[in-house]
Amino acid sequence: MADEPLVLGIETSCDETGVGIVRGHTLLADAVASSVDDHARYGGVVPEIASRAHLEAMVPTIQRALKEAGVAASDLDGIAVTAGPGLAGALLVGVSAAKAYAYALGKPLYGVNHLASHICVDQLEHGVLPEPTMALLVSGGHSSLLLAPDITNDVRPLGSTIDDAAGEAFDKVARVLGLGFPGGPAIDRYAREGDPKAIRFPRGLTGPRDAPYDFSFSGLKTAVARWVEAQRRDGVDVPVADVAASFQEAVVDVLTRKAIRACKDNGVDHLMIGGGVAANSRLRSLAQERCGDAGIVLRVPRRELCTDNGAMVAALGAEMVARNRPSSTWDLPADSSLPVTEVSVPGHTHEHPPQPAHQHQHEHHDHVHELSKDNLY
Amino acid sequence: MLLLAFDTATPAVTAALYDGRRVLAESTVVDARRHGELLMPAVDRVLTEAGASIGEVTGIVVGTGPGPYTGLRVGLVTAAAFGDALGVPVHGICTLDGIAYAAGQAGVDGPFVVATDARRKEVYWARYDSPRERVTEPAVDRPDEIAQTVAGLPAVGAGAALYPAVFADVRAPEHQSAAALAALAALRLAEGVRFAPPLPMYLRRPDAQVPAGYKAVLPK
Ligand SMILES: [Zn+2]
Repeated sequence: MADEPLVLGIETSCDETGVGIVRGHTLLADAVASSVDDHARYGGVVPEIASRAHLEAMVPTIQRALKEAGVAASDLDGIAVTAGPGLAGALLVGVSAAKAYAYALGKPLYGVNHLASHICVDQLEHGVLPEPTMALLVSGGHSSLLLAPDITNDVRPLGSTIDDAAGEAFDKVARVLGLGFPGGPAIDRYAREGDPKAIRFPRGLTGPRDAPYDFSFSGLKTAVARWVEAQRRDGVDVPVADVAASFQEAVVDVLTRKAIRACKDNGVDHLMIGGGVAANSRLRSLAQERCGDAGIVLRVPRRELCTDNGAMVAALGAEMVARNRPSSTWDLPADSSLPVTEVSVPGHTHEHPPQPAHQHQHEHHDHVHELSKDNLY
Repeated sequence: MLLLAFDTATPAVTAALYDGRRVLAESTVVDARRHGELLMPAVDRVLTEAGASIGEVTGIVVGTGPGPYTGLRVGLVTAAAFGDALGVPVHGICTLDGIAYAAGQAGVDGPFVVATDARRKEVYWARYDSPRERVTEPAVDRPDEIAQTVAGLPAVGAGAALYPAVFADVRAPEHQSAAALAALAALRLAEGVRFAPPLPMYLRRPDAQVPAGYKAVLPK
């Protein structure tokens, strides 16, 4: 529909320079330039290399997205950009570019949260997100369970990793097994040939007294490394496929178990999974199985929309425009540790800093959005 | 001609609007940690002060460093984005050349040195025979390593002021000025001198270290 907001989104929080263009809930373009190959030999993302690559790729990627979408920059209704969290220097390239395009084109600027964008992207795949949305975000940088009563201004963290992110554990285990970086796709591939029950690796934070929605993958990673080293010490060939499958099973078992519990506890009947690890085939299949058993609708966007991309930022930007949310001022900062509760960043000089809706409601003793274990939406 | 010039390669976030004959407006704020937040408000301020709109700008002039990378990139990506969105040329000028030209405006003549702070106990520097004649490639070095080369020469720039034992005769200006950068660009345009591509002068290879807990962007 032509009257839906046309928004360009820029994402540079890590090693992907992403530029997406959406009209409402429709994806028009998703251009990505990745510097992942430049980082591979270091076994992780090198911030300065990522930042340099963003600067080189920025304008060409924007041009490519506009061409792919078949729209003129002057037709845009707004420019959205990841304001955080992420690598500080990398974020700053995207934020600066977004400001310049918005200023030059006379369009409003929307600095938005990377995590909320990961959730909102599913609108491009499965249409309007039901609210509240339950989201499990898993990647090299995040492992969080989030409840979003309003994706444009009310996202609440239920739990997150207390040590490594899930994707980090994949990278580290891949390194132990000599499978290279990034580890996720390699582990997934090997695991298909292996037995997930071959080795019983520990499930972190799953005891009755542990935080129900928090994750821990550091102990698992160490357990895998110890197991592999012991095999090597004894001169036994390491069954790479079985280790990969058993490790992967431990991760996705915990992720899906906790996500389903969060849905049940909060009376949410659907689950959104996003982030790079959502591309993992076993996570998708186990989540599908367990959601099916629990009567929960599973929403997982296609692979390219799960990893970091500009379309997700544009999707949230379009929602901001559609709901008349305030735009950001020209002094919008890039905030490497932006909390997920700040869905958008108004900038320092904003005249009316928007208050999260639930704060107002609590002041007025309105419990519409109040969360409790037994509260059904 | 309406040139919008800015430079974020040093602690100064500086922007100016120049019409080919005079500076219509200038804004310079010294804050090494907030280039990203300060640049666009500065651009907006100089345009507003001059009563001009961004659409009237005919060319962008940007300092290409050398300078600390994070700040440097703010100016360069802004320039590239303006150039693309407005369909105007982007002219890159070595940041040290801008400071040298400003030194000339401030009365420095004859051979001198420009030095800016490169952090890690180093300076970005170059030698000039005159304000418009650079005779060495921009380099990054420890001051004591270049002490003999710069001995006896006047020096300008905040990098020189940091090491009085090496740079004994420090003169103004201390900071980059976009007004000087724009004036220099206008001269070069009039003379038909080719501009450097608007690409960053890093002069150092990236620190290829993956920080512990990389990508762990969420508070733990
Ligand atoms: Zn992400």
